[in-house]
Amino acid sequence: MRRFLLPLAIFLVLVGFLAVGLQLNPREVPSPLIGKPVPAFRLAQLHAADKLIAPEDLRGKVWLLNVWASWCVSCKQEHPVLVDLARQNRVTLVGLNYKDERGAAINWLRQHGGDPYLVSAYDADGRVGIDFGVYGVPETFLIDKQGVIRYKHIGPITDEALKTRILPLAEELARG
Amino acid sequence: MAERMLWLAQESALALRRMLALFLACGMFLPAIAADGGLARPVGDPAVEARVNRLAEDLRCLTCMGQSIADSQSSFSTDMKREIRTMIGAGKSDKDIMDFMVQRYGDFVLYRPPVKSTTWLLWGGPFLLLIVALAFLAAKLRKRSSQAVAQLSASEHRQAARLLGSREGENP
Repeated sequence: MRRFLLPLAIFLVLVGFLAVGLQLNPREVPSPLIGKPVPAFRLAQLHAADKLIAPEDLRGKVWLLNVWASWCVSCKQEHPVLVDLARQNRVTLVGLNYKDERGAAINWLRQHGGDPYLVSAYDADGRVGIDFGVYGVPETFLIDKQGVIRYKHIGPITDEALKTRILPLAEELARG
Repeated sequence: MAERMLWLAQESALALRRMLALFLACGMFLPAIAADGGLARPVGDPAVEARVNRLAEDLRCLTCMGQSIADSQSSFSTDMKREIRTMIGAGKSDKDIMDFMVQRYGDFVLYRPPVKSTTWLLWGGPFLLLIVALAFLAAKLRKRSSQAVAQLSASEHRQAARLLGSREGENP
């Protein structure tokens, strides 16, 4: 009887490791930017090519930077959630239109329930995206009043993610 | 009958013509595909390209799982290679380029993660397992060899002698 105990224990440890491993999403790479100042950029606005937008313009605000594109399939999934969030007016929502084509992006917003963003920065060649460590769209960063990145959400934003993580943290940062 | 023969001839001529068209199309498109693949990477200084490739070998393509940037054709990898090329052009060292990537994408982007407090298990784990396994094997072997030379009791000695003796008695 005792000679089976050790293999059984090893097996159980292995099962434990695999069970934890299966829960992890290999596409969610922890961002090294959390707790760091938001990367500097100065980009043209999506809707007004002659106007610029920079993180300094949002100093003193808690804001979400949502990386999106008209070619991004899962952006369609999160878009209604963002439109709903914009209606509630609980946090400033800024877009980073990533590696897109201006006309296609504006059209996409029109076709998918409107523009939830205060403003969208137009990152045509994706250079700013690289500074943000973007590797899969959509991605969303929560940035505090001092311009420090506090949280990163990878993949489409869900109601659940907003309610349990993003909005509570945003409201805490807005108070502090 | 003649009508049928004519139909067959027409059909096979048509098939032949189609096959010929297909061959020609292949002949026309193959070089086009090859040329396009060649243009996907900028033709420049081969020394720079070799450096780009060497660095790209050590960087993980985050969108394609288990592929290096050098092996991958994804848009993420293409952008990264373009970035590396630009940085080499700006005179950055290999270390500058790797640091740039780690600052943005974290240690996970490296195929050779650095040894530090969060990665020591990753590096030391296999050796730790080997040591444990060797210790286990050594203990097992020692136990077995001590069992092999176990002493026989007096009654067992007598029983053995009887068995051996009787056999010798039966076979003169």
